[in-house]
Amino acid sequence: MLVTEQDALRQEIKAWGDMYGRDRTALIPILQEIQRKHARISEYAMQIVADMLDIHPVEVYGVVSFYSFLDHKPKGRFVIRLCRTISCDMHDKDRVARQLQNDLGIRFGETTPDGRFTLEWANCIGMCDQGPALLVNDHVFTRVTPDKVHDILEGCRRAMGVHAQEQMQEHLV
Amino acid sequence: MSATQNKTGGMHPTTTGPLSFGSVKPNQGLQNAAKKSRADIIGELSASGMKGRGGAGFPTGVKWNLAAAAQDSTKYIICNADEGEPGTFKDRVILSEYSDLVFEGMTIAGLAIGARQGIVYLRGEYSYLRPLLEAVLERRRTQELLGDNILGREGFSFDIAIRMGSGAYVCGEETALIESLEGQRGEPRNRPPFPVDTGYMGHPTVVNNVETLAWAACILAKGAAWFKGIGTDKSTGLKLFSISGDCERPGVYEFPMGISIAELLREVGGEDAKAVQVGGASGHCVPAKCFARTLAYEDIPTGGSIIVLGPGRDMLGIARNFLEFFVEESCGQCTPCRAGTVKLLEGVELLQEGKCSMKYLRELCALGETMQLASKCGLGQSSPNAFLSIVKEFQDEIMGRTDLAAAGKE
Ligand SMILES: Cc1cc2nc3c(=O)[nH]c(=O)nc-3n(C[C@H](O)[C@H](O)[C@H](O)COP(=O)(O)O)c2cc1C
Ligand code: SF4
Ligand code: FES
Repeated sequence: MLVTEQDALRQEIKAWGDMYGRDRTALIPILQEIQRKHARISEYAMQIVADMLDIHPVEVYGVVSFYSFLDHKPKGRFVIRLCRTISCDMHDKDRVARQLQNDLGIRFGETTPDGRFTLEWANCIGMCDQGPALLVNDHVFTRVTPDKVHDILEGCRRAMGVHAQEQMQEHLV
Repeated sequence: MSATQNKTGGMHPTTTGPLSFGSVKPNQGLQNAAKKSRADIIGELSASGMKGRGGAGFPTGVKWNLAAAAQDSTKYIICNADEGEPGTFKDRVILSEYSDLVFEGMTIAGLAIGARQGIVYLRGEYSYLRPLLEAVLERRRTQELLGDNILGREGFSFDIAIRMGSGAYVCGEETALIESLEGQRGEPRNRPPFPVDTGYMGHPTVVNNVETLAWAACILAKGAAWFKGIGTDKSTGLKLFSISGDCERPGVYEFPMGISIAELLREVGGEDAKAVQVGGASGHCVPAKCFARTLAYEDIPTGGSIIVLGPGRDMLGIARNFLEFFVEESCGQCTPCRAGTVKLLEGVELLQEGKCSMKYLRELCALGETMQLASKCGLGQSSPNAFLSIVKEFQDEIMGRTDLAAAGKE
């Protein structure tokens, strides 16, 4: 990590500390912000958080490793989580799973080499009346059929294109 | 279709039958409560006979009373919106369509027990609901339904914050939820002490399910007698059911407590079911011959998850899916649950391969019973339920299987 990136991360975490406080109850909200922004929580980030909240980094690691939405390892820009629980399972989630693997060229638990997509299983996401269901980051897709997988992925790619453009424009002004 | 549903693009509206939540006058319950003494509010709730809608079925009036009696100047109301039980989605619908009622219930609870702070613990999977909920809270603040001296009642101050979960089913267990709010791993605590005594940050805390809080607001609006007049003696009132699986009209339905499974199946178009899983992964599998049984605390208690299993369903596959869920979601703190769920899953795999002796199956059942007794929290105590009931009711179907061998997988 570049020194400037380290500084930027430190500043960000301090700002979240100002927002959520500097006691232990602020730990998870701060980690959630880091995860959202950086798609992972690096060792360096854990160290900064630990220093700021005055707890041992192992405590921070213990929390990160417990929750399935907090990750130490880098994830893709889009995390796709397909529900594998009973109602979705009964509605052919296996076929959707297969198509996701085919279209992304990765298996569950993996991230595409370009860092765009991570494919994971989820447990029941509360859409059981509309299975198979999946989450793309915070967004829900229901009654997914194998032929819809392509559209969902294209939607992500388009969103990313728009996002990249926005970022470029921000730099221009 | 609500705004949130549009925004996500890929989500369909959930079918709902008519829900009473739509017919209650907004903030009527809160207005009535603001005119009552604390004891009278709790009295109304106790008289309604309502028991918690989150699954465990503890009488809500008793819970509030315990927290009200606790001596502490700081107390909390927590709304358990971690809805993670497989097959449950009613709380999502309530939060999408009737969040005002939930916040109203929390505010009434705050007044009743003397808490000034409420926290909604919203599961991470429902992050998309957060902007909507924050907007409703903000509106309630400007309407003086939150904040200081609510509805002009001197000293009635209450506000609500939203905190997000991070993808752990066990955090729906109330003490794990509190651990999580305190910035810890979501590992359940020993009970007692109970949260009403030693809860969030060591202060008396009421943890209630989303639906419980919404009904509390309705009870204060319409009166205890209305609620008590519905349902059975031991299970009063109305209840929301999340219905999925092999039926024509899955969705969220409101039924009186004590409805029989057969009646419910008629309503949703699932009459030909072979079995019904009541209560999600941690619940019980009820075979067709028992469809006259009722959904009530005195018969089959449930948080409202109903999964209809059609004639062709492989029961072993169902047991396996549930056990995989528990192996994944066990927090690993105690041995009966951590090791037991894995053993049961291996047992199901043996059964699928047609390689399980009756002797070993009996040992697995004994293990399941040990888990029910010796596990530290409700997760491990209930994870063997589905397996045990499937073994009991469908023994003939699950023994001596040749399907995998025939498929050439041996
Ligand atoms: C593993 C486990 C998961 C639970 N998940 C939830 C949940 O998602 N929502 C909920 O309201 N209660 C859940 N409960 C029950 C809570 O511990 C608690 O009993 C409930 O929130 C109390 O609210 P009530 O009395 O209003 O039902 C869970 C319990 C266990 C053991
Ligand atoms: S029963 Fe399971 S989930 Fe509960 S404390 Fe023990 S290991 Fe954790
Ligand atoms: S089983 Fe897939 S969303 Fe509930």
